[in-house]
Amino acid sequence: MGKSFSTYETAWCPGCGNFSILRCLKTALEELNIDPAKVLMAAGIGQAAKTPQYISANTFCGLHGRSLPAATAAKIANENLTVIVNTGDGDSYGEGGNHFIHAIRRNVNITHFVHDNQIYGLTKGQSSPTTAEGHVTNAQADGNLNYPLNPVLLAIAAGAGFVARSFSGDTKHLTEMMKAAISYKGYALVDILQPCVSFNKINTFSYYKERVYYLETDHDYTDKAAAMIRAMEFGDRIPIGIFYREEKPDYHTKHKVLASKMPLVDQKYDPMIVQNLMNEFV
Amino acid sequence: MYNILIGGAAGQGIDTTVSILEKAFKKSGYFVYTVKDFMSRVRGGHNFMLIRFGNEEITSHSNKLDGIIALNEETIRLHQSKLKKDGFILCDSNFKGDFEAIRIPMEEKAKEFGNPRVSGTIAAGAVLKIFGVDFNHLENVLDTSVKKAYFQVNMQAVHYGYEATDNIYPHMGGKYKDFMLINGNQALALGAIAAGLKFYSAYPMSPATPIMEYLSRHSTAAGVVMEQAEDEIAAINMAIGASYAGVRAMTATSGGGFSLMVEALGLSGIAEIPVVVADVQRPGPATGLPTRTEQSDLKFVISASHGEFPRMVIALRNHEDAFYQTARAFHLADKYQIPVIILSDQYLGDTTSTVKKYDLSEIPSNAPLVSAADETKYIRYRITENGISPRRIPGKGDYFVTADSDEHDEYGFITESADVRVKMVDKRMRKLEGLMEELIEPEFLGDEDCTTLLLGWGSTYGPIREAITTLNDISGGKFGALVFGDIYPLPVKALTKYAKKAKNIINIEQNATGQLASLIREVTGIKCTGSILKYDGRQISGEEIADRLIKEGYNG
Ligand SMILES: Cc1ncc(C[n+]2csc(CCOP(=O)(O)OP(=O)(O)O)c2C)c(N)n1
Ligand code: SF4
Ligand SMILES: [Mg+2]
Repeated sequence: MGKSFSTYETAWCPGCGNFSILRCLKTALEELNIDPAKVLMAAGIGQAAKTPQYISANTFCGLHGRSLPAATAAKIANENLTVIVNTGDGDSYGEGGNHFIHAIRRNVNITHFVHDNQIYGLTKGQSSPTTAEGHVTNAQADGNLNYPLNPVLLAIAAGAGFVARSFSGDTKHLTEMMKAAISYKGYALVDILQPCVSFNKINTFSYYKERVYYLETDHDYTDKAAAMIRAMEFGDRIPIGIFYREEKPDYHTKHKVLASKMPLVDQKYDPMIVQNLMNEFV
Repeated sequence: MYNILIGGAAGQGIDTTVSILEKAFKKSGYFVYTVKDFMSRVRGGHNFMLIRFGNEEITSHSNKLDGIIALNEETIRLHQSKLKKDGFILCDSNFKGDFEAIRIPMEEKAKEFGNPRVSGTIAAGAVLKIFGVDFNHLENVLDTSVKKAYFQVNMQAVHYGYEATDNIYPHMGGKYKDFMLINGNQALALGAIAAGLKFYSAYPMSPATPIMEYLSRHSTAAGVVMEQAEDEIAAINMAIGASYAGVRAMTATSGGGFSLMVEALGLSGIAEIPVVVADVQRPGPATGLPTRTEQSDLKFVISASHGEFPRMVIALRNHEDAFYQTARAFHLADKYQIPVIILSDQYLGDTTSTVKKYDLSEIPSNAPLVSAADETKYIRYRITENGISPRRIPGKGDYFVTADSDEHDEYGFITESADVRVKMVDKRMRKLEGLMEELIEPEFLGDEDCTTLLLGWGSTYGPIREAITTLNDISGGKFGALVFGDIYPLPVKALTKYAKKAKNIINIEQNATGQLASLIREVTGIKCTGSILKYDGRQISGEEIADRLIKEGYNG
């Protein structure tokens, strides 16, 4: 057993799903024996995005929607850091939607935990990209007209090598998903169903509890078409587990500067390089 | 000094012709200065380049031509009026029109050689003969200008062109053979590498794209990761993320992309993560004129982003600045843990100049400045007298490095305490005091006893410098100029001194509103008495500045 992670007093509402996510995160990291000083917890802005503030690790709490580019580059700079992004559905799929797709394409070895409460929590209850059609919110007074995004399906379609869903109310399952995602070499997404007790009165704990079920043990997560069919199931029954998993080279493995040498941050600058480059202009 | 124009349609290979010529001129000893006037299209239209060369230093392009090398008929029509009385036109034998010209059957011969694209190379061969450049370095020149597979046919083409013409101008000799021939974008990229750049992210946008292309080509050799981002927001957030993790990082774009980066400038400011951002300006607003030049982002970049935080803005004046000041930008960004913005533009970025090899001993430091591990508990945002908190690299020891875009306490935890807020703002702003001490005063050109003081910044340096020489020759020393490199915070010592003595103060800028004049007035109260503003997307030349000032009666 390695060093333990401390957690701090939070500013979340009592009963919020974020508490169990934080607990599972601590357990997962400790069970994986990871040194807190070698962990980078990155986030954007939102309730979920406060997670790094509440656990003892290095932190990067950047801009709303922009955590993935920063986390990706931090990992590129130092592959010895375990880089984990904890942030909301609005942050990940709305403001940062473009980065989401391209972080998948880049396949840098980072882990992305989306606390998907299907609402904007911090800004007090507007619709998010995953809010159901018809859902009445403070800003969608006549009900949400937009169709919800299916992040699991989108991630598989965009080419992610590890795509899972879990539920904050099932801590055993969530911890296992987190451990698998952190251990995966490449970009890994876990979309975590998370009740927001204050601003989402529809997708409540019992709403999820009644619908959630485990993907069967014989679900072939290496079969992309099968994974996509299962991902499309989201309604009366909501499957959780690993939808898709594919082993493929990550960014570092393919990059000439990163693959062969030590972490970028430890590579020394050699002035001869510039001398040689200058000679090309003579 | 000679000055020639090579013109044609996009896709006609002007680039190759010019590349052969400028390299051959320089290898023969000449100082070479090449400017690019390209349209934003891939085929057709009208593009041209001007090569000015001679045995002395050249700092501006000129529109008075000794020769026109016309790859199409339109080139002659468009530029004939700029030809000096004894100038020449070189064109294809099949071009119609009753102008006097050196005519060579270039298209026909190129076809005969088996590659119609080498007609421009035939022209290059002819030009070398016209200017008395020998063939000593030709193999090396062709080697670096054309693809291996086309080497032989180009060699044949140059030789044919050379034999088909007579020499007109004697070679004047020159000492620049071993100098570099480099453009502003390449010099900037090289300066970044010399500063120890490890991570570069960018989204393609003219005229900044050549920087990412250069870094990509030399990525492995230089040990730099160049990542093309999905947009400029990602580009700057990546650079900040990499910098947080302890490597020197940079992004570059033009004004449109800079607009998208604005929120993250403030992130660098409040989280105190060093980042270098280059804005290679082009005319705006919005898409503007993509391939042309302007200096209209000054007031934008000095105030871009909401909230208040210290920053530094350095304008690049020439190919020396592009290297040394870019390297210095990394040092200042690191030292003060702030964003440093480099202002370049299309003119400097695309202009090739002869430059002495850079002296690496003048580069301040090429590793990120990290504090010694002397404290028992690491406090990332410790309040200090000079505002600079100890910086460490995450993952390198038993401590935590925090970073937060929310207002935070000394440990990096979110806070809404009024007291902490004020302390943190004050701490960050105190960094400006140190920064003020670092400022480099604008370079003074001309006569100490000048009555007319010209003010400029960035890439108009070269043209202003040429104009000052011309004007002082005519007026017997009535002109001086201050050209700003460091521009924000504004250095005011030299300005105050010379402004006191001058009768006329004239700002020369590539924008419509006189942004430098306005900044100077805001900071010092000094008012310009006149101005030369150009915003047609084309760089002002030394001759143009001198002509306008004389016409407006400043010559005495
Ligand atoms: C550029 C920008 N736009 C808007 C905001 C305001 N804002 C902060 S968090 C947030 C949405 C939060 O929703 P989500 O990401 O789902 O996180 P949650 O609070 O639900 O965990 C918004 C709109 C901001 N901080 N920055
Ligand atoms: S607003 Fe919702 S998401 Fe935020 S802490 Fe409260 S319950 Fe949790
Ligand atoms: Mg949310």
